Amino acid sequence: MSNAYDAIIEENDHTRWAFGTGFDDPLAGVDPTVPDGMDAADLAAYCLMLGDDALIMSHRLSEWCTNAPELEDEVALANIALDLLGQARLLLSRAAQASGEGDEDALAYLRDEHEFRNVHLVELPRGDFAHEIARLLVFSTWRLALLERLADSPDPVLAAISAKGVKEVTYHREYAAGWAMRLGDGTDYSHERMAAGIEAVWPYTAELFSPHDVSVGVDPQSLRTEFDTVIAQVFDAARLNTPAATAVGEPAGRSGRHTEAMGVLLAEMQSVARAHPGATW
Amino acid sequence: MVTMTAYDVAATVKDPELPMLTIADLGILRAVRQSGDHVTVEITPTYSGCPAMGAIRADVTRQLNDAGFPDVDVRTVLAPAWTTDWISEGGRRTLAEHGIAPPGPAPRHRVMLTLGRREPAECPRCGSRATVEVSAFGSTACKALQRCTACEEPFENVKAI
Repeated sequence: MSNAYDAIIEENDHTRWAFGTGFDDPLAGVDPTVPDGMDAADLAAYCLMLGDDALIMSHRLSEWCTNAPELEDEVALANIALDLLGQARLLLSRAAQASGEGDEDALAYLRDEHEFRNVHLVELPRGDFAHEIARLLVFSTWRLALLERLADSPDPVLAAISAKGVKEVTYHREYAAGWAMRLGDGTDYSHERMAAGIEAVWPYTAELFSPHDVSVGVDPQSLRTEFDTVIAQVFDAARLNTPAATAVGEPAGRSGRHTEAMGVLLAEMQSVARAHPGATW
Repeated sequence: MVTMTAYDVAATVKDPELPMLTIADLGILRAVRQSGDHVTVEITPTYSGCPAMGAIRADVTRQLNDAGFPDVDVRTVLAPAWTTDWISEGGRRTLAEHGIAPPGPAPRHRVMLTLGRREPAECPRCGSRATVEVSAFGSTACKALQRCTACEEPFENVKAI
């Protein structure tokens, strides 16, 4: 045996999960049939949107490793990133099944910027901690409302992925709301920073509720009331004000037009997979 | 010699992240079906991003192979979503013996925003409920970090989901 790593590789392919790639298909053994009456291309497009939201948000959250203000929050943000990465894997795998093309890795690592369907909110560059809390509060409040409704989707796979996600995103929302309260209702200085975080992300909330042309899933506009109710509850406890309703530019993420930050994010996220196609380690 | 059934063998597979428990204790093992030489095992992930699924799949296959079941198919089932209510009574006792507080009942209805008013966990060392959640996120996806104000010890608990 020439080195320690050879011993690990000896066992079998499945054991690679512990130190590199070669992951199993997260939908292994799940019936891939698309239900009668559902447009498979639209199901794929819809799963791609929600999968891309989770993937890009997960990537941004993972940037907090070694950068969070406290170890506990670094662990928390990494855990939330891992949950969302798991949701992304399931959703991208479902998109691949429904379209009959590719797999989760090809979708995550080999698409170009204009092929990603995530909302702009998740791709914004990392700001300060209060900015991240503001983004996570908006994102998880909206996503929880969405996943709760999708748990009744006529597609059993999407319904199951969503029902599972509800349990996870409930904790994400609770975490973000807790910090928004602690900072917003804290010192004058922490209040100022938290309010600035909310101001910075608020223009990107409009896109979450704008209609898209995919026939599968939930009408985004139907989520607005619940979103506003939960946000009002948090803002009230956090002494924060809801910023005036302004939107930036066109809500274009769902049609593949992204902000300047997206190209840089993808260049980093995809660099290894593109430099060494099909590599496992 | 007593021959173990395929279920008995699969039920002895340990969870890689909570190795004091088996996948049967945790409710990850959902079904084992034997048809002639062919064994189908159904497992469900605890969390969407749980990195242990690959190892569990490999361990189930290997342990069944070693016990004389050469033809094994391990399938993922996603619905119904895993809940901590499926952790067995024995599993709960074992967790507490290892200093990890077992979960309370999982929320049954639509979850409202609690703004930090969750039920306190019971300290697995001194049994006090005078405990504080330090962070809802711990060393693995399924655990939170707690501190007991009675005995002053930190501990982990399995989050009720």
